[in-house]
Amino acid sequence: MEIIMTIVAGVLIAAATYLMLSKSILRIVVGTGLLAHGAHLLLLTMGGLKKGAAPLLGQKADSYTDPLPQALILTAIVISFGVTSFFLVLAYRAYQELKTDNMDKLRGNENHE
Amino acid sequence: MSLIHLVILSPLLVAVLVPFLHKYFKKIHTGWFVLVLPLVLFIYFLQYLGTTMSGETYTSSMKWIPSIGIDFTIYVDGLGLLFALLITGIGALVVLYSIYYLSKEKEALNTFYVYLLMFMGAMLGVVLSDNLIVMYSFWELTSISSFLLISYWYHREKSRYGALKSMLITVFGGLAMLAGIILLYIMTGSFSIREIIANVDVVTSHELFVPALLLFLLGAFTKSAQFPFHIWLPDAMEAPTPVSAYLHSATMVKAGIYLVARMSPVFAGAPEWFWLVSGFGIVTLFWGSFTAVKQTDLKSILAFSTVSQLGLIMSLLGVGSAAAYYDYIGENAYTIATLAAVFHLINHATFKGSLFMVVGIVDHETGTRDIRKLGGLMNVMPITFSLALIGTFSMAGLPPFNGFLSKEMFFTGMLKAIDISAWNMDTFGIIFPVLAWVASVFTFIYSMVLLFKTFTGKLQVEKLDKEPHEAPIGMLIPPIILASLVVIFGFFPMLLKGVIEPALYSILPSNVLSVEVKIYHWHGFNTELFMTLGVVLFGVLLYLSVAKWGKIYEWFPQKLTLNKLYDGGLIGLERGSAAFTKSHMTGFIRDYLVMIFGFMVVLLGVLLFSTGAFETNLTNVAPVGLYEVILALVMVAAALTTLITKSRLTAIISLGVVGYAMSLFFVLFRAPDLALTQLIVETVSVALFLLCFYHLPEIAKEMNRLRFRLTNFIISVSVGLVVIFIGLSVNSSRLFESISDYFEEASYAEAGGKNMVNVILVDFRGLDTLFEIAVLTIAAFGIFAMIKLRLNDKKGGVKGES
Repeated sequence: MEIIMTIVAGVLIAAATYLMLSKSILRIVVGTGLLAHGAHLLLLTMGGLKKGAAPLLGQKADSYTDPLPQALILTAIVISFGVTSFFLVLAYRAYQELKTDNMDKLRGNENHE
Repeated sequence: MSLIHLVILSPLLVAVLVPFLHKYFKKIHTGWFVLVLPLVLFIYFLQYLGTTMSGETYTSSMKWIPSIGIDFTIYVDGLGLLFALLITGIGALVVLYSIYYLSKEKEALNTFYVYLLMFMGAMLGVVLSDNLIVMYSFWELTSISSFLLISYWYHREKSRYGALKSMLITVFGGLAMLAGIILLYIMTGSFSIREIIANVDVVTSHELFVPALLLFLLGAFTKSAQFPFHIWLPDAMEAPTPVSAYLHSATMVKAGIYLVARMSPVFAGAPEWFWLVSGFGIVTLFWGSFTAVKQTDLKSILAFSTVSQLGLIMSLLGVGSAAAYYDYIGENAYTIATLAAVFHLINHATFKGSLFMVVGIVDHETGTRDIRKLGGLMNVMPITFSLALIGTFSMAGLPPFNGFLSKEMFFTGMLKAIDISAWNMDTFGIIFPVLAWVASVFTFIYSMVLLFKTFTGKLQVEKLDKEPHEAPIGMLIPPIILASLVVIFGFFPMLLKGVIEPALYSILPSNVLSVEVKIYHWHGFNTELFMTLGVVLFGVLLYLSVAKWGKIYEWFPQKLTLNKLYDGGLIGLERGSAAFTKSHMTGFIRDYLVMIFGFMVVLLGVLLFSTGAFETNLTNVAPVGLYEVILALVMVAAALTTLITKSRLTAIISLGVVGYAMSLFFVLFRAPDLALTQLIVETVSVALFLLCFYHLPEIAKEMNRLRFRLTNFIISVSVGLVVIFIGLSVNSSRLFESISDYFEEASYAEAGGKNMVNVILVDFRGLDTLFEIAVLTIAAFGIFAMIKLRLNDKKGGVKGES
């Protein structure tokens, strides 16, 4: 199972990289979203996907899944959500002010000092 | 802290007072206040003559950075004292001269004397410090103050150019010397020169000996304007003449000579030292004198003459270092070269100082330094002419002046060099006396050019800016004193015995037991005398026929000069670095990402496979479930859809599908909290995406397929592959068990919660959560600010809300 999940995470990250190399701001932001998903999936997989009960002690199970990666991913989800929404609004504002979403046109002036 | 520390730092302390003196005593020339200091210091240093003449030294130490062995240790021996006397003595004369040379009204005197005092203190520090790091600090201070003094008339472009050039070259050498100091420290564990000399056996047998030697010589050669680093000195002539007289003839350029002399007990005896010091010295001597002949500016002649004379002293020190190789010296064969070096050092300081002052007087009283405009000043300026005569004849090596004595001794030293029976001298040794003789001929020619082109011939009043007349007496006193010394040392050279002898003991290594200082005018009819006669004979012939052979200077291709090389090198560096920066700093974010990803792939991929970290091990793997496989396929399909879709809306929806699939994964892999969070976050994110881009009509209409680019494809596929490989290897090699057993036990027992994830978030690792809240808050504030704040719209006004 881990092998499949690792490959899925790799595909997500490859797709994210391809999107981030494109010219459109929106696609770059979509790419960062995909990258976050890939990273979270990788975290979960690296923690081990062994079957066990959800990490709730009330279940009185013999074994539980590892709670630590879950806590880490939860933190990561929230942070990436904050960053992604910030980027989104930044892209939105950039488009409003500069009337383009083409990264090549959002380049600094050649002669800036 | 003892008196002598205060003495060395006193110029720097007085420099602080100079601006106040300048401001509150406007009527008195600031130089008069400054003059007192070098005079007092000169008299103070004279007291030490008794100590050094009796073969003793004086040491005084002050803690500076004791933890790394850097103490401000003063060490007064013969060599240091000789330099200290030169610095303070000529310093006093130069200050006196500058009082008459620089106008009280027109010039910024306060800065001039601040820089000059800074330089004087730094120079005293260089020659009297025993600790190499302290010496290096003072060494760089001389470079800096020299830079400031050369660019004293900073509104002239040539001054700035000369200052920059001298700064770049001397600081380059200074840094090399610092590296050499550190190498010596590695070898001996000490920064103290005396301790290093005491441990000289360790140094000579160490493998870092040659690198340290080269680095020290780089420092000495750049500072002392040796070939090919001499190019800064002629351009430094843009400085006011007192500065040229002081720094660029008598003191600073001799710092390199001092360094070579000081380090001789450490490095002498090695063939590398001998060949580099004497070889570069003799080449500099020849090249400087050869180039000086074609100059038309008086100060340029003197600059190249200084270069050439420094080469002479350097080559003598090189030949003198042979004394260290021969354990037993029968007839002081090679120590005579060192003696000649020290003697010529003093002589050069006297006659070159006076010549610079003479040239300054000519410049000051006629308004030009161009020998093509000058001539016939003999009757107008008789005193100046006499001074110039003494100086130039001494420089040319004519009797009865002191230059003659040191020139004879120089020939003796060079002739003795042939007898050295080691280091390939049997084959190449003859170069030394030949080059020395040819260079002396050229020295004779430019000395005569300097004298006769300026003072004899026809007076061309119409070409001069001013009506020429004799200089004021105050301006004449310093060169008169120096010229008198030239004559006195010429007739009574043994007066200097007390100064030279202790200096020789400092330079020569310990295996040289006795040195006899014998300087007489008449040696009888020997080779040296005939060489001098030849110099005079050929010199006169060549001087008279200079119009015929002077054209050889035009043969040299002007594009191949060292100055062109320096300028071209600087321009090339600037262009090269600009081109290099432009080549990778394109301003396109894609290019930077390509570099980052490419680097990551190469570094991680190469490391993974080169260290053999990649392995696949399937024993630890959970069984494959059907639901998971279907979900994985959905996720991959959705991810690929974002790539190939035309519409941006489809891309957003596909991203949402990936997100919801993620939360289903979390359900399948027993992570209820994650599933809940992911569900909410994904919903909000998709809503945000849609809000932003659906409500921007221009964007929604644009329907462009993402264009396929092979490089992007290759990079992204390799990034994905690297991630997969790393993930597989991590899964295959678990080094130790998880620490989660602890959370399982302690969640309820210690924290009182049954939801382990939540307990970790708020109890065990609560700090993470605190800052995650901070991140969200900052993001929220940032978004609010971006939307609300509209400062400086295009009309220049401030808009409130939009």
